[in-house]
Amino acid sequence: MIKINSVTKDFEEVRSLDNVALSIENGSIFGLIGSNGSGKSTLLRILCGVYGTTEGEVSFDGEQIWENSIVKENIVYLSDDQYFLPHCTIYDMMQFYKSIYPTFSLEKYKEYLEIFGLDDKRKISTFSKGMQKQASFLLGLSCRTQYLLCDETLDGLDPVMRRTVCRIIAEEVADRGVTVIFASHNLKEIEDICDHVALLHKGQLIFEAGLDDIKLEIHKVQMTFPKDKLYEADARLKELHPVSLEKRGSLFTMIARGNRDEIEGHINEIGPAFVEFIPLTLEEIFIAEMEERGYDFHENLG
Amino acid sequence: MSLITVDLRGRKQLYEQLIDNIKKLILIGELKPDDKLPSVRSLAKELGINPNTIQKAYSELERTGVIMSLPGRGSIVLASMRNLRGEQYDKLVDKMSALAYEMKSTGITEEEFVNAARIAFGKLGGTNDD
Repeated sequence: MIKINSVTKDFEEVRSLDNVALSIENGSIFGLIGSNGSGKSTLLRILCGVYGTTEGEVSFDGEQIWENSIVKENIVYLSDDQYFLPHCTIYDMMQFYKSIYPTFSLEKYKEYLEIFGLDDKRKISTFSKGMQKQASFLLGLSCRTQYLLCDETLDGLDPVMRRTVCRIIAEEVADRGVTVIFASHNLKEIEDICDHVALLHKGQLIFEAGLDDIKLEIHKVQMTFPKDKLYEADARLKELHPVSLEKRGSLFTMIARGNRDEIEGHINEIGPAFVEFIPLTLEEIFIAEMEERGYDFHENLG
Repeated sequence: MSLITVDLRGRKQLYEQLIDNIKKLILIGELKPDDKLPSVRSLAKELGINPNTIQKAYSELERTGVIMSLPGRGSIVLASMRNLRGEQYDKLVDKMSALAYEMKSTGITEEEFVNAARIAFGKLGGTNDD
């Protein structure tokens, strides 16, 4: 388990992370989301021990990460902007990774090389951006570590490669119980692959929860009422303290928190002509969450 | 390739999609009692989705008696077509209510609605001998 214990990180005057506390279970695929500059990448760099903390600490299965090479041997960090040694090929980089990670698997390296169809004798600098992403992913995965930290790893990959990467990650989690942390501003991708998510905003943790649990607590409902009940319906729906309530003619669209059966019961008491519960997307949930907390959502998540 | 699929563009949660999909395969007779389901691992790899999500769907199916997990043998189908029919009927009636509402608000009469339903059913031909 990864424990992030009340971590604060200052860069001179700027507070990048503010008292963030999180636990991440082993074998989980954890999504770290937030607006630009929310502290996602800073948190990842603290998690892999590149940055120290101003306050608080991070531990992996009880062992602190900072200046601890034993723990670091078990972590691969795929940075947003990959760095490769000058003029080197994937093969050269493989030698480098192999010398650092005792668990490095030459067999897996060859397997992934074939899956991605990359030539490991070619200079990495001659590859396209997307191919460089693939190269860093295949090198990182070949290290066979227990923890994988990905910063916008799927960004810049074509849809086929994205599926390939997701398949490989799914396999690693199923086979070896690998723990993966994805930092991304692409909520749809996070929704497809993660089981837990945490939302950061301006360096603070807004919340952390199981993806399915969040969706059980907030609902989007479309309903219509007979003409003589419109006024009553409006008043009665407000009793549910909805996050949002829109009215167009006799059609109401409501986002409300709480137990689905209770909400449904309340609506049925009013006597609707038609009711439909629509699953919320992660994006809608987070917009609702942020608005409720009084954040101006015109600064979007992207 | 397994028959089980998910729609990543859909709004519905993936574990719910998996549950619905497996039930549907049972309802149309593609999966029969004692048939083996793909392992969590192989399905995760094939679909490229989180194994924890698949495990969650399988656990829910097991809890509701649709499948059974046997140690060392994986998961097998327990429910038959007949077992799931009632639940499916309710679900489809719900869908039809939504359609009825849409038709009514477009000014279509009850008679027209019933007629259209009869024609649609008739076009399928044959008899239902489940």
